[in-house]
Amino acid sequence: MTATDTGYIIHGMKGDWEVVMGLEVHAQVQSQAKLFSGAATAFGADPNTQVSLVDAAMPGMLPVINKECVAQAVRTGLGLNAQINPHSRFDRKNYFYPDLPQGYQISQFSDPIVGEGEIECEREDGSRFVVGIERLHLEQDAGKSIHDLDPNATYVDLNRSGVALMEIVSKPHIRTPDEASAYVAKLRAILRYLGTCGGDMEKGQLRADVNVSVCPVGGYAKFRETGDFKHLGTRCEIKNVNSLRFIRQAIEYEANRQVEIIEEGGKIDQETRLFDAGTGVTRSMRSKEDAHDYRYFPDPDLLPLILEEDFIAAIKASLPELPDEKRKRFVEELGLTDYDASVLVSDKDRADYFEAVLEGRDAKLAANWVNNELFGRLNKEGLSITQSPINPQQLGKIVELISKEVISGKIAKDLFEIVWEEGGDPEAIVEDRGMKQVTDTGAIEAVVDQLIADNPDQAAKVKDKPKTMGWFVGQVMKAMQGKANPQAVNDILTKKLLD
Amino acid sequence: MSDVLSLSLAEALEGLKNKDFSARELAETHVKAAEAINPALNCFTVIDGDRAIEMASASDARIAKGEAGLLEGAPLAIKDLYAVQGVNTEACSNILKGFKPEYESTVTQKLWDQGAVFLGKTNMDEFAMGSSNETSAHGPVINPWRKTGSDENLVPGGSSGGAASALAAGVSYGSTGTDTGGSIRQPAAFTGLVGVKPTYGRCSRWGIVAFASSLDHPGPFAKTVKDSAILTQAMSGYDPKDSTSYPGEVPNWIEAVGQSVKGLRIGVPKEYSVDGMPEDIAKLWAQGVDWLKAAGCEIVDVSLPMTKYALPAYYIIAPAEASSNLARYDGMRYGVRVEGEDLADTYEKTRAAGFGAEVQRRVLMGTYVLSAGYYDAYYVRALKVRRKILEDFNNAFTQVDALLTPTTPSAAFGIGAKANASPLEMYLNDIFTVTANIAGVPAMSVPAGLDKDGLPLGLQIITKALDEATMFKVGAALEDAAGFTAKPQAWWA
Repeated sequence: MTATDTGYIIHGMKGDWEVVMGLEVHAQVQSQAKLFSGAATAFGADPNTQVSLVDAAMPGMLPVINKECVAQAVRTGLGLNAQINPHSRFDRKNYFYPDLPQGYQISQFSDPIVGEGEIECEREDGSRFVVGIERLHLEQDAGKSIHDLDPNATYVDLNRSGVALMEIVSKPHIRTPDEASAYVAKLRAILRYLGTCGGDMEKGQLRADVNVSVCPVGGYAKFRETGDFKHLGTRCEIKNVNSLRFIRQAIEYEANRQVEIIEEGGKIDQETRLFDAGTGVTRSMRSKEDAHDYRYFPDPDLLPLILEEDFIAAIKASLPELPDEKRKRFVEELGLTDYDASVLVSDKDRADYFEAVLEGRDAKLAANWVNNELFGRLNKEGLSITQSPINPQQLGKIVELISKEVISGKIAKDLFEIVWEEGGDPEAIVEDRGMKQVTDTGAIEAVVDQLIADNPDQAAKVKDKPKTMGWFVGQVMKAMQGKANPQAVNDILTKKLLD
Repeated sequence: MSDVLSLSLAEALEGLKNKDFSARELAETHVKAAEAINPALNCFTVIDGDRAIEMASASDARIAKGEAGLLEGAPLAIKDLYAVQGVNTEACSNILKGFKPEYESTVTQKLWDQGAVFLGKTNMDEFAMGSSNETSAHGPVINPWRKTGSDENLVPGGSSGGAASALAAGVSYGSTGTDTGGSIRQPAAFTGLVGVKPTYGRCSRWGIVAFASSLDHPGPFAKTVKDSAILTQAMSGYDPKDSTSYPGEVPNWIEAVGQSVKGLRIGVPKEYSVDGMPEDIAKLWAQGVDWLKAAGCEIVDVSLPMTKYALPAYYIIAPAEASSNLARYDGMRYGVRVEGEDLADTYEKTRAAGFGAEVQRRVLMGTYVLSAGYYDAYYVRALKVRRKILEDFNNAFTQVDALLTPTTPSAAFGIGAKANASPLEMYLNDIFTVTANIAGVPAMSVPAGLDKDGLPLGLQIITKALDEATMFKVGAALEDAAGFTAKPQAWWA
């Protein structure tokens, strides 16, 4: 795809500009304990209740690597089709802040655990694009400073201090606000499939820093051709954007801001900026000149991290099916459309729900019911799939009742409504409330005969205008409370009225 | 009871076993003696008589039940760098004033598990930064030794000066120290004691206030080589809480003491023959070589060509790590805080008030060498030197089983004698000891004689990593040959 194919061009006063982005995503590792201490990581605990002596940086305390966090990083690396580095190490990143008790963050600077990889993402129109992964490294989260409890004091909650984060750095392969949010959504889906990160942006489990630059149209293609960053503009980093919508808004604002400055003859300063969700603008946080000198150096309290081949192989062997593989399987083996399959696999909970509905049932029907009926209703009520009042077993039974022609599609919608509102076993409800479809041709024939007898003129018309048979279909359905098998009704009417 | 003070650890343990005296009696005697010497020597920062008697009583109960540990009933002095639960642990710095940890360091826990009795915390250079024990927030420690006929107060060496002084004055059966560049071996040499720095990773660093993580070695001071083996034995062992802890078994080093050294190859590194070395030290070194030859060792001249770069590399690596390790002392969670106008001001005021001049100097040096633009020229180059020094040792140990060198370039000097000198002159004290820290190999100082002024001098034995057994063997042979029995005059009594 060439540079302009993305269609995202900023038409300035003096020319056309394209936008280039790279993201740094901080994903909280799903683990019981912190990266270098045994303290718990549960969300929402009372302040400073999940703090070990190590997390509080008491004198003489030492970090010990949590093997599970290492396994999670390797698992994630494999899920990102990335190089796993058998030899990596931890460095100290030194700076002072009250929510950083040690005075340094243990991170991986020069030798990350995971190297280059790539993932395929989907735009809103269903087209796909590939984003290169530069690296993934493990690091500690900081604590939380709380400024609004007291006008004169800042409080510090160290529960988060030392929690394991994976920083996943993309290459500058992202070209539009939509692509940026699609990338994060895909990354989130992969992490959730792998079980390596909860991915809840509201809880801060996933946070994105967005690097944005603009260049005259054509610059990006030259960059991709040569790998030379001089073809790209100077980037600004927007820190800690915490929703997909904000990512899109922040990029739009920031790209336009940069174009304006350049067109007015100004220069973009490499700097760190903050996105203000309230006003939708980005503000300068610190310039390159004010940037910290972090004085990275290898942490002498930790040995280099050496991964045995067997360790990596065992993780590889235990990887779950990931969204892309699942989508392929849904299309190839279940015969779903690419669109339906993509929608289903986009979120792990949705895919899991669908597969639980499926259980050997009609895949297309199941996909249709999950994607349209269920999600239509959930979206209307503002519920997530995990909050659905109908569980997959119930929806599965509804699908099964349809495909076994026990109920009609129309009755199924009523049934769905009943199960949604009241719960219960769909099969029993159909039985108890007499919702079964009537396929007994004798019963249908009796109704048809009666109708023809009562409406002879109408019946005669059908021979000339076959479309008017629809009136009879409606009347039969009405007489039978919608339970008649539509195909059987059609067959009988055709025989009686047209033959 | 005061004659028990002159016993060695091994003799005291034997006496306890034979019920010649009780642990409680020992504790009481030691507490009293410690309290008596402290005004003169300033070697203790805490003397915990109540705890000593309580622990000693428990020891007596275990001895009665036949459940005595390796150190059952022996009063020990603990360097202030070790966390002892509920006892002030301040690294002799104002910034940690009043800090009482709720945890116990792994090494002290091992000592208590073996029945040792906690006598008190010993004075030291602030954050273990110093070679004379003059940088402590509690003031300088005085060496029990004086020059013959002199009443000048001398330094005990540093940084574990209090530990050395207390033991040399005979008020404990052993002390713990830490050795980052020579902080056990140099004071041991200055006070006529045995000082051991085992292989890096033998003794856990967990619960010991960090100075320079990759160089910090816990280890003991002892009156005899055998005592030092007993103490090192008790202090060593794998600790899952320290990632750099050595996971292998601890051999029986006590057995090594007294074994023959016949046929061992002893290396004499020519680079340790430095300009301006006092004649007494050169003579003692030569004497040591002769003693070992007489004991059946083969003497081999070896070369450690990188030796001259060791001290400069050390004074880059150690401050670099220290600048980061000491960042946690920010006045936020424990210790002293001096409120300022804003956060940065509070940090600055706290650290300016809390850290002494030497600590500030090293933090500044460390920050500088890690800074962008200087990192490669200093820190990276120092790490290269470090690898080269390790290669030096590896090469030497293909030819010899142990190296013999002087421990220090001088005997103990006067309090304040180097106060006006450049810090570099003080740093030169570590010139013979620092290489073993850089390489992580075991080394010990054994008292071998007195200089012309009647001050003790030590010889250093260095062996390859994890071969403490050979070190103790050679140490014991040297001790035998030297027959060092001199004691300081009790001028403080």
